[in-house]
Amino acid sequence: MSERTYLRDGPDLTGAALHDKLARTWGDRPGFWGWAASVDHKSIGRRYLVTAFVFLALGGALALAMRLQLSGPQKALIGPDRYNQIFTMHGTTMMFLFAVPVMDAVAIYLLPLMLGTRNLAFPRLNAFSWWMYVAGGSMLWIAFVLNAGPDAGWFSYVPLAGPEFSPGKRVDFWAQMVTFTEVAALAVAVSITATILKARAPGMTLARMPVFAWSMLVVSLMVIFSMPSIALTSAMLMADRMVGTQFFNPYEYGDALLWQHLFWFFGHPEVYIIFLPATGFVSEIVQVFTGRQVFGHTAVVLSLVATGLLAFGLWVHHMFATGLPRMGYAFYTAASMAVAVPSGIQIFCWIATIWTGRPRYRLPMLWVVGFIVTFVAGGLTGVMLASVPLDLQVHDTYFVVAHFHYVLIGGAVFPLLGAVVYWFPKFTGRMMDERWGKLAFWIALPAFHLTFFPMHYLGIMGMPRRVYTYPAGMGWDTLNLISSIGAFLFAGGVLVFVGNALWSLKRGEAAPADPWAAHGLEWTTSSPPAPYNFAHIPVVTSATPLWDPERPVTRGLRVEDREVLLTTVFEARPDLREPSPMPTLWPMIAALATTVLFVCSIFTPWAIVIGSVPVGVALIAWFWPKDRGPEGEPVVD
Amino acid sequence: MRRGAVLLVMALGGCSALYGPQSSAMGQGMESAHIGNLFDLFLWVTVPIYLGVMVFLALAMRRRQARVQGAARPEQEAGWRLGLVLFAVTSALILFGLSVATWFTDRTIARAGAGPALSVEVIGHQWWWEVRYHDPVAGRELRTANELVIPAGATVKVSLSSPDVIHSLWIPNLAGKQDLIPGRTSDVVLKVPKPGEFRAQCAEFCGLQHAQMALPVSVRAPGDFAKWYNAGLATPPVPGGGPEFAGYSLFTGRQCASCHNIAGTPASGQVAPDLTHFGSRTTIASGVLPNTAASLDRWIADPQRVKPGTQMPQVPLSPEERAAVVAYLESLK
Repeated sequence: MSERTYLRDGPDLTGAALHDKLARTWGDRPGFWGWAASVDHKSIGRRYLVTAFVFLALGGALALAMRLQLSGPQKALIGPDRYNQIFTMHGTTMMFLFAVPVMDAVAIYLLPLMLGTRNLAFPRLNAFSWWMYVAGGSMLWIAFVLNAGPDAGWFSYVPLAGPEFSPGKRVDFWAQMVTFTEVAALAVAVSITATILKARAPGMTLARMPVFAWSMLVVSLMVIFSMPSIALTSAMLMADRMVGTQFFNPYEYGDALLWQHLFWFFGHPEVYIIFLPATGFVSEIVQVFTGRQVFGHTAVVLSLVATGLLAFGLWVHHMFATGLPRMGYAFYTAASMAVAVPSGIQIFCWIATIWTGRPRYRLPMLWVVGFIVTFVAGGLTGVMLASVPLDLQVHDTYFVVAHFHYVLIGGAVFPLLGAVVYWFPKFTGRMMDERWGKLAFWIALPAFHLTFFPMHYLGIMGMPRRVYTYPAGMGWDTLNLISSIGAFLFAGGVLVFVGNALWSLKRGEAAPADPWAAHGLEWTTSSPPAPYNFAHIPVVTSATPLWDPERPVTRGLRVEDREVLLTTVFEARPDLREPSPMPTLWPMIAALATTVLFVCSIFTPWAIVIGSVPVGVALIAWFWPKDRGPEGEPVVD
Repeated sequence: MRRGAVLLVMALGGCSALYGPQSSAMGQGMESAHIGNLFDLFLWVTVPIYLGVMVFLALAMRRRQARVQGAARPEQEAGWRLGLVLFAVTSALILFGLSVATWFTDRTIARAGAGPALSVEVIGHQWWWEVRYHDPVAGRELRTANELVIPAGATVKVSLSSPDVIHSLWIPNLAGKQDLIPGRTSDVVLKVPKPGEFRAQCAEFCGLQHAQMALPVSVRAPGDFAKWYNAGLATPPVPGGGPEFAGYSLFTGRQCASCHNIAGTPASGQVAPDLTHFGSRTTIASGVLPNTAASLDRWIADPQRVKPGTQMPQVPLSPEERAAVVAYLESLK
């Protein structure tokens, strides 16, 4: 059909010659500009991962500062103004700049490898997202260092965050940081959704897709449906603050509760956006270290989907104390209780997998056990919070602080640390040291409980959240001191983990392609993978392709152009050849222009008008039509 | 009824603060007692579930030596599948049961609020509480601040509102919390069988001094309450002389009077706490300091040191003038 003949991966071209040519086609140029122009999902995923862990360290340092201040009554280490900035920054950093991006990071790096393709869909958009994320996070932290950090909480309730009660620019930095991260998160979500639905290896039907990919599909769709809500409401807040709209001003026919509805319509799905990828990690790890496919694979996948759907029906349980109609509350109680069922099913399936499998207690598996021990407790306190009367007592107290650290650290960070250990050889080509890793685990797990378990009692004993000090004689002193000691020990455990990772990066034992006898396609690539991931696109015949006796591949993609194979959505039959974009600086330039627009619009609304010109220029250059040769070539099997 | 919570605490080695003036574990009010019962029910359900899951996990982990290579056999899977279905159905039923229990508790609390004998308005300000008692008899409306006194045994409806930002009234010993939202009114019903002294605190982040926005709550026998109420309606006499009169002159002549109100004097400011019977209150600055002459002096000398960010400015007064103002305010029983 085509006039030209193209060089293809096989049947004639194989071995070292093929690798050389593919590496030239898919590799990045050396040096800073090569790095900046990269659209390789591995390069971007690595950056995302490192950036997210930097923000984790920053947010963790703030947590320690708060625990120092609260270690005893009436301490004067930190004043109220700084303390309010600190807890706002801690929450904002952990939720927007660590938890969501870190899950994206792992997905960006791993999904193409797990699904058997050479890059993410829309890789330039993906590159753009990292620049936006870094710019937004840096802006927020620079503002904080300059004593202009937001101080109205990570939830920025109006009217407190409105123009009258938060004059100055602090809340504007917060609202604009939300804009940055929502742009980044939406860009990644679109990339991931398209990749999962269209770029899976031939034969990888939806039923054979890795559980982690399922979790990311659900999460990406959740991002796409929930982020517009926060985008809308933060834009309304900016408008109230800057151009005098009155969306949230009750004295001008606005409504203060409107903010809470729109914020939590995003904010509650947000916690599942963080938690579900972690359950994906757990399923992958449990499968590998028990040597069998997860028990109840279908039930696990349906649980992910059910959680994703139910997550949108729960937001009012953050508002039980606002005095909405009681009958309405009953619905949200029932929905909040119902969401415990799919999580329970997943827990059952994992334990059943351990029971019927042949477990090996390597490091990732330890973190999974730590996850179950911790998360189940957090889930059960979540059931208590779903009950309106109970919530009226414990809402906005340290009981809630305990609850969500159990589900976010226990439920998401523990699996994440397990995932880091598990995929470390794929990321770096080296194994993490097992003994130091065990030490980190055995420090972090008890220290976590020492920190957060006493907070349940503090809440019941009347200690509210978000207080920079508390009076002596309330009976809170000892438990707070225990909690503070625990926090520092926990930080020590995390430091050992990070130290181990850094040491292993240089000195760790060299990893083979598949050090764990794992089941997923990512382990057929070298450790770390070559720029093109797979010399030949694999063909999949089961949910655990590496445990199959044969590993068939497909051949015939071009090697001198970047080309990926697209498959059908459900059955993953070969569908189209698709050119994949080359490295380019335009996403970076577009992100820079957008950053200028966003930051300047904090100071003047005219920035939106004037700043859109460079953004437009950058986008035109980015999307300028490229001649990629004749289209419509038939798919070669 | 609070046994569940108490048991768990005892497991920790005992903890007296559970019996403190700001604890939700005690259930001394109608609402908090119902919630306490519900909390116990939840504890008795969830703690065994947690332990059960842990035992399940421990047993699963212990079985590793017994296993052979490879995946489970299909006939084995069938049993597990049945187990999964039973597990899912059981947990759904338990959660349904807890939802029903929740609903009934909520109904009981809502019904108990019918036909209140006393209606009180609590208005949240950054960062203090304004309290107004409504009496059907004209001229018997009482205004006070930073203290809530109610009669034991009566059904008291507390209406909540805020002119500035969102606050939340939380008297954990007596009831759950309710937000005070600008542009809306909500209410909480208090019904306390026995007299007692309690502490409430703002539970919704409301800015710089959210941490120091407490409200002493005093539940008194009906006779004592009536005595307090009638005393509160009386206008305090203007001091006849001495430091109290000097303090009176300073208070009404200087900035104090432009924000604070003291009935029967020219001081009629409305933006700060009413001080008509200040001397009878137990705390200063919304529960921050005990109401003693020494701490009042400290507070007036430099409010920003005691409560950074408070709206109360530092009024330039010499130590002697301060002592006079303190003497006057403390005389307002």
